[in-house]
Amino acid sequence: MSGNSEHSSFEHSSSLTTYVVIWLALLAGTALTVGAAFVDLKHFNTPLALIIATIKATLVALYFMHVKGSSEKMTKVVVISAIFFLLLLLVLSMADFGTRAWS
Amino acid sequence: MPDQAVSAVHAEGHDPALLHHFADAQQQRDSSSLGMWLFLATEVMFFGGLFCGYLIYRLQFFGDFGAASSSLSIKLGATNTVVLICSSLTVVLAVWAAQHAKRTLLLSSLILTIILGFVFLGIKGIEYKDKFDEHHVPGPSFSFENVKIPGQPADHYAKPNHAELYFSLYFAMTGLHALHMIIGAGIFVWITVRAWKGQFGPDYYTPVEMAGLYWHFVDIIWIYLFPLLYLIDRHP
Repeated sequence: MSGNSEHSSFEHSSSLTTYVVIWLALLAGTALTVGAAFVDLKHFNTPLALIIATIKATLVALYFMHVKGSSEKMTKVVVISAIFFLLLLLVLSMADFGTRAWS
Repeated sequence: MPDQAVSAVHAEGHDPALLHHFADAQQQRDSSSLGMWLFLATEVMFFGGLFCGYLIYRLQFFGDFGAASSSLSIKLGATNTVVLICSSLTVVLAVWAAQHAKRTLLLSSLILTIILGFVFLGIKGIEYKDKFDEHHVPGPSFSFENVKIPGQPADHYAKPNHAELYFSLYFAMTGLHALHMIIGAGIFVWITVRAWKGQFGPDYYTPVEMAGLYWHFVDIIWIYLFPLLYLIDRHP
């Protein structure tokens, strides 16, 4: 990545083609998640829905929010920290509720 | 003319494209972006509490949540998802247009973003009205009698108080999300006015990009809300 070159102002930007491809992928993901909801997958309906949602969210963050190609490394640290602390909140809460003898 | 020299230096120091305390434009952009991401990290935790509450009660009252969720309209929810995804595209188009000094594309993308934002809120309003009409809004007039639990024998009915908990979470989560949409639309009106005045271009488009980050974040929240609230226990 060229830090101070003339083109550095467009370092964050992707091509319009990329944006349209990601947009189409997000629409396809929406169709997929609606379709999958009507198929009986036993216990895997919700995990599958969450996997599709996570793929969509990752596409938005990487390409629309320009986490991919960001020149500022700290941005990635903040993104990973946010995910880490969210998982900490969810996993530890579930570990608590899941192991309560009286519930 | 020392006064003029001073004011010239002063004016230069307040050039929004490069404020005097930054080494170069790239550093200034990175700083803004980092600050915005830190704010978004706090927003993740803000919504995270609600998602955690949802997760706990969904596991505890599994079938009741499925029954309550089935009363929502997938058609309206999916339409709103598509509307938000399209608005995210118009936002990246706006940033791209500002970077490439394309004024018409910039202004039309920004206006389209605002319109799509209001379409989302309008559809949400229709959904809320339906819930009021059906007495599915938590409170004294709440009613959820004789609703079958999906995937259970015919005489299994959802417990109204557990369904009420689902609707409390539904209104809290979509309501907080809608509040973010309203704030986002307000921010984009402000950005559009500034773009109209010609304040953004290849040298300075940070506000467009930061407003975009916020908008995409709100989109990501909806990407999770849609399957969790609308699409559970739908299969026959």
